[in-house]
Amino acid sequence: MKSRRFDWHARAIQVGFVLALLLFWYYLGRSGAVSAIFLPQLPRVAEKFIQIVQSASFYNNLAVTLFELIIAVAIASLFGLTIGYLIGRSRYAVLVFEPLLAGIFAVPIIVFLPLFMLFFGIDIESKIAFGATYAFFPIVLNTIGGISQVDPRFITVSRSMGANEQQLFRRVLLPAALPVIVTGLRVGATIGFLAILGSEMIAGLRGLGSRVANLAEGMNTAEMFAYIVFVIILAGILNLSLSTMQRRFAGPRSAA
Amino acid sequence: MSDAVIPGTRIGAKPSARAFLHRNPAVARLGLVALALVLWEVAGHTVLDPNFLSPPSAIVAAMPRVLGDPGVSNALAASFLELVIAFVLAVALGLAIGLAIGLSGFARRATLPLVLLLYSIPQVTILPLFVLYFGIGAGSKIAFGVSHGIFPIILNVVAGVQSVDQAHLTAARSMGASRLQTIRRVVIPHTMPSLFTGLRLAMSATLLGVLLAELYVSTGGVGYYTRIFADSFDPPATFTLVAVLALMAVALNEAVRIAERRASFWRMHW
Repeated sequence: MKSRRFDWHARAIQVGFVLALLLFWYYLGRSGAVSAIFLPQLPRVAEKFIQIVQSASFYNNLAVTLFELIIAVAIASLFGLTIGYLIGRSRYAVLVFEPLLAGIFAVPIIVFLPLFMLFFGIDIESKIAFGATYAFFPIVLNTIGGISQVDPRFITVSRSMGANEQQLFRRVLLPAALPVIVTGLRVGATIGFLAILGSEMIAGLRGLGSRVANLAEGMNTAEMFAYIVFVIILAGILNLSLSTMQRRFAGPRSAA
Repeated sequence: MSDAVIPGTRIGAKPSARAFLHRNPAVARLGLVALALVLWEVAGHTVLDPNFLSPPSAIVAAMPRVLGDPGVSNALAASFLELVIAFVLAVALGLAIGLAIGLSGFARRATLPLVLLLYSIPQVTILPLFVLYFGIGAGSKIAFGVSHGIFPIILNVVAGVQSVDQAHLTAARSMGASRLQTIRRVVIPHTMPSLFTGLRLAMSATLLGVLLAELYVSTGGVGYYTRIFADSFDPPATFTLVAVLALMAVALNEAVRIAERRASFWRMHW
């Protein structure tokens, strides 16, 4: 498969498309065919973008969102990895719990957002709880999958060669399950980020999402566009670093 | 075979509840759910603040009141309609775009990277743009649902079309099938399993999009009522609404799954 190699062709098309879009945006704005409330002119957005990057409030919002994300992913990983490991070690527990967790995950957790607001308030606690809940499921499901799919012969062999529980974990279970688990962490962090942004937009006091929502409510479209562009770039960076991490830890065997 | 050892029973022990649970993980699962509900009920009457979390019995008792409110039932119906329209549009557009991209190698190389680029954008951040362009009514919910649901369809249709065996295409053509006939008789049936995977993913994605847009801004849909109930500290009402939405999600998922089994029955006869 050539998917491992950096795909220059696809990259060139993507860059070309973005440039064409920017050019189109620029000329559409200059022609005056579209109201600036609906589509602010490109230079105005660029100006706002530079202003934003230089402002202190921007860094506060960025720090809030990143803080929420880190705590949420940490909580989700702690619970997801531990519970996933404990369930994954027992065939019976997998049969009992795996469909239960997968079933809960099939329900759009967004319907429970009002309850998170009710329990944890409108500030960052509810965002952390909501993001952690969303991130928990891919992590726990992939950990269960990774651990329970380790070839039982590996376990028997290492036991018969006298490996204790700790050695079994470090030398057999972890390396065998790691690619799947890392995929779970990656998916969890990604949708955790989306969940945090979404919950900030719907009701929040601080963070990038609530800033975007505030600007939208104030019809401050140019600044809103600039923020949106920034969040998209941030998501791209997050995505890139997560896939780099995945490649490093999971190696060429990684399935997804 | 009468003395076969049931996992989890000691030899010689009489068949116990434990052994029964061991043979039936599904029963154990139901038992856990029931236990959680009982604990919740007990906690609801003792330690929990009724302003925040009411016990299950109170929620069930509140259901007729909440669902009897014509505003709420209209809101549920409106949101359901938004979802259905968004899903149908996402499927129709996604199928058309997916086939157009998948059927030509050139189109695939030229446009698939763009689809992937657009798909990688965190869509929640552009939600205000949908409200800006489509208004605060049903339009923005439908559009946002479509923008969520269309990508799984496109990507799965493209993958499905790509997986068609080249030999089948050659055979169809050598037997004189026109391009349209080839698509109808060979490509589409082949794409079915992949398309249905896409449909299932698209259903949950569309639901997510519609609900996100509803909760962000709503004039008469479920988002409006969730906000009202949460603001007025009426947890039984909030829970009722959440329960109905969750049931709706599960039912729709099941519907797509059943349709999948129906539509791909022919695969078993291979």
